[in-house]
Amino acid sequence: MNTAPAAPEAITATAAPSAPAEAGAERTRKFEKCVEVLNRYHRNPAKLIPILQEIQESYRYLPEEVLVFVATSVGLPPARVFGVATFYAHFTLKPKGKYVIRLCDGTACHVRASQPILDALRGRLSLTATEQTTPDMLFTVETVSCLGACGLAPVVVINEDVHGQMTPETAVALVDEICTKEQGA
Amino acid sequence: MEQKTDQKPTVLVDGREVTIDGERNLLELCRKANIDIPTFCYHSNLSVYGACRLCLVDVKGRGVVTSCTTIPEAGMEFKTTTGEIREMRKIAVELLLANHDMDCPTCPKSTTCKLQDLARKLGVREVRFRKTNRVEPIDRSSPSIERNPNRCVLCGDCVRMCDEVQSIGAIDFAYRGSECSVVPAFGKDLNTVECVHCGQCVAVCPTGALTPRSEIDAVWADIDNPKKVVVAQVAPAVRVAFGEQFGLAPGAAATGRMVAALRRMGFDQVYDTSFAADLTVIEEGHELLGRMASGEKLPIFTSCCPAWVKFSEQYFPELLPNLSSCKSPQEMFGSLARYILPKQLGVAPEDLVIVSIMPCTAKKFEAKRPEFQHDNIPGVDHVLTTQELITMTDAAGLNFPSLEPESFDMPLGFKTGAGVIFGSSGGVTEAVLRFAAEKVTGKPLTQVEFHEVRGNEGIREATVALGEASVRVAIVHGLANARALAERVRDGHAHYDVVEVMACPGGCVGGAGQPVSNDPGARAQRAKGLYEADRTTDLHKSQDNPMIREMYETWLGEPGGPLAHELLHTHYASRKRITDSDFTVLPSAEKRPVCVSVCVGTNCYLKGSQEILSKVLNHVETNHLHGAVEVKGTFCFENCGQAPNVAVNNQLIESATFEKVMEAVNEASCPAKSPA
Amino acid sequence: MSIAQDRMTLEQIAEEYARLSEPVTRRIIICAGTGCVANGSLKVHAALRDAVEQAGLPVTIELKTEAPPEGSVHISRSGCQGFCQQGPLLTILPEGILYTHVHAPDVQEIVERTLMHGEVIDRLLFNDPATGCHCHGIDDIPFYQRQQRTVLKECGVICPEDLAEYVSHGGYFAARRAYCDMSPEQICATILESGLRGRGGGGFPTGRKWELTRIQTEPKKYIVCNGDEGDPGAFMDRSVMEGNPHGLLEGMMIAARAIGADAGLIYVRAEYPLAVKRLKRAVADAEAMGLLGDDIFDTGLTLRIEVMEGAGAFVCGEETALLASVEGKRGMPMPKPPFPAQKGLDGKPTVINNVETLASVPVIMRHGAAAYKAVGTEKSPGTKTFALTGHVANTGLIEVPFGTTLGEIVMNIGGGVIDAKGNPDPAGFKAVQIGGPSGGCLTQAHLDLPLDFDSLREVGAMVGSGGLVVMNKKTCMVKVARFFMQFTQNESCGKCVLCREGTKQMLALLDDIIEGNGTRETLVLLETVARVVAKGSLCGLGKTAPSPVLSTLRYFRDEYLAHVDHKHCPTGNCKALARPVIIEEKCKGCTVCGRKCPVGAIEGERKQPHHINPEVCINCGACLETCKFGAIVYN
Ligand SMILES: Cc1cc2nc3c(=O)[nH]c(=O)nc-3n(C[C@H](O)[C@H](O)[C@H](O)COP(=O)(O)O)c2cc1C
Ligand code: SF4
Ligand code: SF4
Ligand code: SF4
Ligand code: SF4
Ligand code: SF4
Ligand code: SF4
Ligand code: SF4
Ligand code: SF4
Ligand code: FES
Ligand code: FES
Ligand code: FES
Ligand code: FES
Repeated sequence: MNTAPAAPEAITATAAPSAPAEAGAERTRKFEKCVEVLNRYHRNPAKLIPILQEIQESYRYLPEEVLVFVATSVGLPPARVFGVATFYAHFTLKPKGKYVIRLCDGTACHVRASQPILDALRGRLSLTATEQTTPDMLFTVETVSCLGACGLAPVVVINEDVHGQMTPETAVALVDEICTKEQGA
Repeated sequence: MEQKTDQKPTVLVDGREVTIDGERNLLELCRKANIDIPTFCYHSNLSVYGACRLCLVDVKGRGVVTSCTTIPEAGMEFKTTTGEIREMRKIAVELLLANHDMDCPTCPKSTTCKLQDLARKLGVREVRFRKTNRVEPIDRSSPSIERNPNRCVLCGDCVRMCDEVQSIGAIDFAYRGSECSVVPAFGKDLNTVECVHCGQCVAVCPTGALTPRSEIDAVWADIDNPKKVVVAQVAPAVRVAFGEQFGLAPGAAATGRMVAALRRMGFDQVYDTSFAADLTVIEEGHELLGRMASGEKLPIFTSCCPAWVKFSEQYFPELLPNLSSCKSPQEMFGSLARYILPKQLGVAPEDLVIVSIMPCTAKKFEAKRPEFQHDNIPGVDHVLTTQELITMTDAAGLNFPSLEPESFDMPLGFKTGAGVIFGSSGGVTEAVLRFAAEKVTGKPLTQVEFHEVRGNEGIREATVALGEASVRVAIVHGLANARALAERVRDGHAHYDVVEVMACPGGCVGGAGQPVSNDPGARAQRAKGLYEADRTTDLHKSQDNPMIREMYETWLGEPGGPLAHELLHTHYASRKRITDSDFTVLPSAEKRPVCVSVCVGTNCYLKGSQEILSKVLNHVETNHLHGAVEVKGTFCFENCGQAPNVAVNNQLIESATFEKVMEAVNEASCPAKSPA
Repeated sequence: MSIAQDRMTLEQIAEEYARLSEPVTRRIIICAGTGCVANGSLKVHAALRDAVEQAGLPVTIELKTEAPPEGSVHISRSGCQGFCQQGPLLTILPEGILYTHVHAPDVQEIVERTLMHGEVIDRLLFNDPATGCHCHGIDDIPFYQRQQRTVLKECGVICPEDLAEYVSHGGYFAARRAYCDMSPEQICATILESGLRGRGGGGFPTGRKWELTRIQTEPKKYIVCNGDEGDPGAFMDRSVMEGNPHGLLEGMMIAARAIGADAGLIYVRAEYPLAVKRLKRAVADAEAMGLLGDDIFDTGLTLRIEVMEGAGAFVCGEETALLASVEGKRGMPMPKPPFPAQKGLDGKPTVINNVETLASVPVIMRHGAAAYKAVGTEKSPGTKTFALTGHVANTGLIEVPFGTTLGEIVMNIGGGVIDAKGNPDPAGFKAVQIGGPSGGCLTQAHLDLPLDFDSLREVGAMVGSGGLVVMNKKTCMVKVARFFMQFTQNESCGKCVLCREGTKQMLALLDDIIEGNGTRETLVLLETVARVVAKGSLCGLGKTAPSPVLSTLRYFRDEYLAHVDHKHCPTGNCKALARPVIIEEKCKGCTVCGRKCPVGAIEGERKQPHHINPEVCINCGACLETCKFGAIVYN
């Protein structure tokens, strides 16, 4: 037996702060999903984008260590994987809220006054252009350029649901509705 | 009348006819015609990138195009300078400067910087745009390279160099658009990623964004300290490049004046690393002959290039036994000097300062490796690059051309031609062959030049007859070539006795510490200079070096003997490419949980580490061991030969099975009840 | 299910479908495009099913296994019908009644009155604001009347998830001809003859592109469909992918046959989950039916098609960037040559075509090149879809022959310009931005311009992907230019200097103008950078990014000059340039404001309307609060 060249210090140092068994099981599940995804794509580096998309689906973001794992698994330098993950707007290296509110600021929505809606949403949730996720991890507000529903401009998408012909008031009402639901839950 | 049958196709460049001789693009054609076209992102040995938009030409019928991406066609007509082109270049430079920390006076690249040069040539007198540069922290984590992102123009040369030529990919583009930057993975420090410190990225960087780390101040401080005796060793490749900055052609040896300069600066003794190279030849030659006799651990890989050594530790742990155990000449010199100089020079060991002058940035890293420290004293205290030595020469106010040549100090300054050609790709092999030939045949070698191992191709192979026996050699430079060859060796597809690897294209003559040269032929010229120096030296074989013989007789004993072994040899260990990258699959809040790290790297995965991981997790789950056991995934212990690998606390379990792992876990959790 | 189990001929599929739909007496088509779904069309679908059943009528949703009972009502879902603003849409056949804004509570009434008694519910019909008339069906509605739906013909009519229905509308017969009866040369020749030009923006002749790829000797080739549609304000490709995915697949099959490809890929923008789902379903169904896969139509030829989702980068619409993205890399464009036709995916010859281009192919093959060429203009034959949005009464997806004038589209199909509140504003037309962030703007002077690839290029705009954004007089053109510049600046990949730094500086210069820090020199510099970036950038994104700036500078220079010379925004949109003015009618001449003004900018006699001298006013805002009568406002 050799001594592991990996600095064992690092191993204990990274122990998670306080993690109940629940979270452990959850992490295990995500990790196994991650492996499953890699295998399904035969660890093919050309499939990096769909791999990252599917992994992000389960983790809801791309944790650094997972990216290193993916890099090693597909045989790419981690810097390359990091480069890809930071190039595309859909990948996020920071966790997002449970409800991702995406406001369209494409041309059609912009000329039909999407900006006031954005201001209203950010105001309601005390968010800014740089601070996009609420501290309770419930909401993330971001803008996208065109959701392809321009006929309904201005458009807001909350997770998968499209809401058309929004006004600042109706948009805020959607948020209030979710808040009520969450408090009830 | 002359026949005009096989005339070469031509193009009209600025009205003059230029023939196409297989040039890949208009840019190369222009360069051949001695027209200087500005470029940031073109290098003949890297892929065409087309990003800097400076190399513009105006092609008749097509308009303004980038010359680096345009393929020459017979009959093409183009202009290389027009008002429009000048305006476009000027705007491009102004745009770059608006996003640039213009601190030229304190920039190491000042006077050799392409951006600065271009701004001057284009007559940029003001930047009309809003300054948009953000100030990013400078990365000084690497002992070899300083990374100052504030001076980066995002030409991508370094990225392609590291990826295409060195096959490492330690740095890459990240983010998009105006947020774009070139960084190591996750923006980590260069020192914590897989960078091997070869510095080739530095060599191609047109600006001061990547520069060699400077140790000039520390060296001056020691020189100024009256208690210290400061000795220098100068690597072979330095002498054929040093003069370039002072108007000499590349390859013109400036050895004598360089030695004089060093003495004038205040170095107490000036020695030659070529001496240590001769020593390396003897040690490595013995090692080779021994292995050939026993048929073990062949091929022998050279180990004098620290970038290659780190590379093999990271990517080819299974080949580490094949690396020659010889220290590099720099470190052999260091050990030997520490051993003999205190007595010879009558200096207290702690007051002896050893400075290397190297063509190389990786040598700075090598000098800091813990393996080369004895009692906390490193073999070499400071490593200066050729560039730094030039700077010091300037700082000392020396008028280089007027210096009278001087000689190296003895005994560590005496060398043979074999020790000199070390600086070129193929040189080590040739030097070893000159030694082995005499040893094997027992006859004096008359024809010392082995032209079959010289040349410029990235991978060269030859079978050299040494009397009855023959030696199969391979020579590679550039780490991508090294990777390809090492894979073939590892997988049993190629068989050699000696493999010489140099990380830098062309070998050390092309090292990243050499002066910045705009002459693409500089490397070949410098190599030529080394072979020339060999020819004009009296002795050509390391075994003929009288000082080396004396060294063995007086101090070292037998080549490969116990003391030689202690002083001149070392060992290697596999190392992780990226430190700090484990990820917790199952965390534990407890203070001292048993920590199981399962390698989830590709090799271990293929050998079933995934299954072990699942079983361990399952076991923890079913036996409610949450908290007591922490489970981590880790990436490659670089011990893939023994996959799957699992570490329980600090113990590495090779060829692991679930049972073996659980045994270790049980043992670790109740150490008191260790099996009787 | 009988259909998918064994390979049937197209005729058998069509016959089977006819047999299954024989007993159906009524079809109700509910739009299930993204717009209508967002407005609740799926709820309408569910409610309708219940209501019809309760009314005792046999209902069928899918015509798949067994023939439904006689007299069945077939409730089917379609893709986007283009009139999203009026959604959810519900069409009743054979009467051809189109109901708009249908919601679940309306369903009961529809069943009782329309289905049972044949009455038309006026309230749910489209009300033409121009005539005040209730339009009975699609043929009465001006929005549809003036269109010529060719590529979009099946969208909104057939169920996108039913392969058999597509076949029964004549689908895949053209593909079979291409595979069985035509040589690749003949196909390329037909497409070349039709004059089809790429709808992805460039307008490159599709036949020529195919021919260039066909002649490559490399055995492995690819066909790639560009469904990235990143243009903000455009959703034509989405509608095709969602509404008629089999049409797109058929086009790809023909293209693959023409160039000799055995593998294909559809790269879809990630914001289009429904398109991804429907395309994947369509591919699976076509494979099950033997239309894709090995030995297509017993020819021994193979074609496999993959669907890949983008990850949010506009630049990946550019061909080489798209390929990089498919290969798992950063979507950074590469210099051309080599062109994808020579070295594309995996270094193999590759044709990349836009969705609409490919969807046009079966149409051409069905009706012949001559028939196709008869529509449109000489150099731009055929029809073009546009996404009509902005300040027009009818927003939505339209398809018109090339050569249709801008005025026809905006005034007649679009129903004229509206104001910010949505009310008609007949004199409000100011400009149209065509071609998105790479395009330019057109003005009043261009209302009679017949739109095609070349006419638009001449006036400094481009067809681009076909986004048409109408803007009314209240729109500040400097801000419009800034909006697009912000977009391109955000989406620049950052590879080349001119685009990366140039778009950033153009944005900064526009900000200077908008914030009142601009001078004439700002304009000169802006124009210079714009020209250099357009000329010198590596890829199409950078080359066209300055277009909105250059075209607004060309047509609305006065507006720029007002900003820089007079620090005045003629439309009052630029907050920083806003100045207080006194509304004469409201001013009582109380003189309070005049006394408050620190610089004496307010003049006027007591009891007479006052006014502010803009030369003197320093815009401190003090007067605004003082006026009790609300007479002082920002202009
Ligand atoms: C920045 C940029 C974005 C583009 N986006 C798209 C797009 O979203 N969809 C598309 O079909 N073509 C897009 N194109 C054009 C494509 O590069 C390509 O020309 C087109 O897909 C070719 O298809 P066609 O010949 O059928 O037009 C874009 C080009 C550029 C430069
Ligand atoms: S990189 Fe060049 S331009 Fe920039 S500070 Fe250094 S010398 Fe000056
Ligand atoms: S070159 Fe100019 S800016 Fe630089 S140090 Fe000299 S005077 Fe100063
Ligand atoms: S020093 Fe060598 S390994 Fe390190 S980043 Fe530069 S090129 Fe890559
Ligand atoms: S660090 Fe140097 S070589 Fe690398 S991209 Fe920046 S300027 Fe170019
Ligand atoms: S080849 Fe020479 S200069 Fe280059 S890294 Fe190796 S030892 Fe240093
Ligand atoms: S023009 Fe813009 S998008 Fe295109 S390569 Fe250059 S930086 Fe990237
Ligand atoms: S804004 Fe200030 S300066 Fe201008 S008129 Fe009003 S009070 Fe006077
Ligand atoms: S305060 Fe109002 S009402 Fe009085 S003079 Fe001024 S603008 Fe007129
Ligand atoms: S612009 Fe908002 S959906 Fe298209
Ligand atoms: S050298 Fe040609 S674009 Fe940079
Ligand atoms: S993969 Fe290398 S040690 Fe596990
Ligand atoms: S989504 Fe129904 S008409 Fe467009």
